[in-house]
Amino acid sequence: MAVTPPSERIWWNEPISRVELIWVVVAFLWGVFMFGFMIAWHFIGQQNLNKEAYRIAPSAYEAKVEQFANLHKVREEKGVPVVKPPPGSDVYLLGRLWQWWPILELEKGQSYRLHISSVDWQHGFSLQPTNINIQVHPGYEHVITLTPTGAGEFGIICNEFCGIGHHTMTGKIYVTEKTAKQADAGLGAQGK
Amino acid sequence: MTAETITGVGVAGREAPYRTCPYTGLKVDAAAQTLIKVNAVAAVIFLALGGLMGLLVALTRWPAVHLLPADWFYLILTGHGANVLLFWIIFFEIAVLYFASAILLNSRLAAPKIAWLGFVLMVAGAALANVAVLQGDSSVMFTSYPPMQAAPHFYLALILFAVGALLGVGVFFGTLVVAKDEQTYEGSIPLVTFGALTAAIIAVFTIASGAIILIPTFLWSIGLIDHIDPLMYKVVWWGMGHSSQQINVSAQVAIWYMIAALLVGAKPLSEKVSRTAFLMYILFLQLASAHHLLAEPGLSSSWKIVNTSYMMYLAVMGSMIHGLTVPGSIEAAQRRNGYDKGLFEWLRKAPWGNPAFSGMFLSLVFFGFIGGISGVVLGTEQLNVLMHNTLYVPGHFHGTVVAGTTLAFMAATYVVLPLIFQRDIIWPKLAQWQPYLFGIGAAGISLFMMGAGTLGVSRRHWDMTFTDAELPFAHSAGAFLMLGLNGVFAVIAAVGGIIFVLVVVGTVLFGEKVTSGHKLKFPLFPTGGAVVSHYGSAGTLRLPGTAVLVSIFFAAFVLYYFINWKYLSELWLFR
Repeated sequence: MAVTPPSERIWWNEPISRVELIWVVVAFLWGVFMFGFMIAWHFIGQQNLNKEAYRIAPSAYEAKVEQFANLHKVREEKGVPVVKPPPGSDVYLLGRLWQWWPILELEKGQSYRLHISSVDWQHGFSLQPTNINIQVHPGYEHVITLTPTGAGEFGIICNEFCGIGHHTMTGKIYVTEKTAKQADAGLGAQGK
Repeated sequence: MTAETITGVGVAGREAPYRTCPYTGLKVDAAAQTLIKVNAVAAVIFLALGGLMGLLVALTRWPAVHLLPADWFYLILTGHGANVLLFWIIFFEIAVLYFASAILLNSRLAAPKIAWLGFVLMVAGAALANVAVLQGDSSVMFTSYPPMQAAPHFYLALILFAVGALLGVGVFFGTLVVAKDEQTYEGSIPLVTFGALTAAIIAVFTIASGAIILIPTFLWSIGLIDHIDPLMYKVVWWGMGHSSQQINVSAQVAIWYMIAALLVGAKPLSEKVSRTAFLMYILFLQLASAHHLLAEPGLSSSWKIVNTSYMMYLAVMGSMIHGLTVPGSIEAAQRRNGYDKGLFEWLRKAPWGNPAFSGMFLSLVFFGFIGGISGVVLGTEQLNVLMHNTLYVPGHFHGTVVAGTTLAFMAATYVVLPLIFQRDIIWPKLAQWQPYLFGIGAAGISLFMMGAGTLGVSRRHWDMTFTDAELPFAHSAGAFLMLGLNGVFAVIAAVGGIIFVLVVVGTVLFGEKVTSGHKLKFPLFPTGGAVVSHYGSAGTLRLPGTAVLVSIFFAAFVLYYFINWKYLSELWLFR
């Protein structure tokens, strides 16, 4: 029994039953496959988290985000600037107690270099309802190249516990669809 | 401790008081028996406390009930994590270690005084942690990520508890040495003891990681260190936080084998395969710290892939092997017991009315199907971004730690009560239903939290309606439904938990004394005992039922794995 010493002193030489052996091989091969699939997704997939990150003092990051917001602000919503950066540019987002700042307005199908950091505690960037979830640390500026594939209004909630106001910490990203004319012009420009 | 062990050998050792178990013929060391009792009782007390806190959490997250105010919710959630994930489980594990060493090896316990010191430290630590949490200044969650800071005595409490647990683990190792030295058994240690040894080795790694991170964090909280890097903290803290879950896995698998052996006379299909599977845990499970770092900045993909997969999923392979060998050994034993018809007579005629068996088998099924599969998916480098820090995460670990480990420990308790406490279970009819209620409740909690997480609901979050947020956000109706169902199943699990505590307390205090000649029987089947004495030849084993069960499991695994990749491919693009 499993609660008594093995009856054969040299249990290592006992034969293994066929069903056990097959299962060990299946489990091993499945593991190798899943391991390989993570590597493969870096080549065939479009969703891979970048490791690009920089150490930065929270105050320096805060200043950078403010400068960015002033430069590209298009309007305000409940006292929070709505910022519309040009496609392909560097975009800055800040997590702090308890808001995501500023509100961003992006274009569908365009890529942006999104910088994220926190100025106080850890926060969780959670883009909804798309469901992209990334951890945000104070002192680390994480850079992700992001391409929205759907238009509309998206919420950012915080999913790392950050104190008593955690459940009030939200933000917003608008994704606009280009009008047909703008899109044509863009395509035309690319053709030249 | 070493000194005590050495002086004990040969003199006090052989004279240590003991009784002889009427069922197994094993010597039951008096000191070991008392220490198993006190650790098990402490475990159940913290289960009751932490379980109650869990119910309050679930009732607050149930949108229609929304029981606690926000500050109390975060406070109680911190207490829930510490009490059940640390205190209930580790007290019980210390009891399991003493059982698997002193009792199963027919030996005296090494250094009982050190074991008592460990117990006192653990009780002091657990009590102090509860004081710190209830004072309200330490609502930092179980993970206590800096720069958020708890009161100094919160960290101190965890350190005290860990030191106490380490002493207990040391006594376990000491007992193995004593038993070997005094030749209380022949040949190799039993498989269950081997599993417990696996748990103990991982525990040393785990507690060392905890010390490396909690001691500086404690010094930071009293102002002696001015900065704790939040990313470094997570790497080391999860060396404790996740690895400690691997102690649970090893202990729980050892218990599966133990209950299968004691109840139906099961023996390992192959000692070599089962022990190698445990060895995979020792070698690779500690890499799982990476599971909590897949959504972090600055870590390379190659580091993430190697670590999160436990080096090509070799530890997952270990669990998949146990997933076949445990039901396989039951099938083999049951067929020898005479239930040899068709594919599943062995399973149908299994002792489902015995709470130790039903709890053990449900734990096996839920751990594999819910906790295991979701764990691999959650721990896949890219898929993690779909679920990181959503309710999917607690959904996963309630599948492993509640429906898996806690249910297995409850099942083990139904064996420990008659064998160690020597009391017959009072209210056996109620006890019979208990594992089903608790197991189904826990499985429901896991599944519905995973569902809510898939729909984007955050974990550790008081208000999914975002009523007080400046910028409003609304979750889908489906997410609200999931948390309502989660609340209903939490109530079912709580009923199961309350029955468990009542049955245990009632049995310990008022249960009929089990003396020799009592009606109680181990193993349950008269023929079970006959197969115990010799090692089966692998050629005679026929396990068609188990082959069907693992095939269903494998199909579910593959299907769910690829569904999540499909879901990932529909996200915004990022690189």
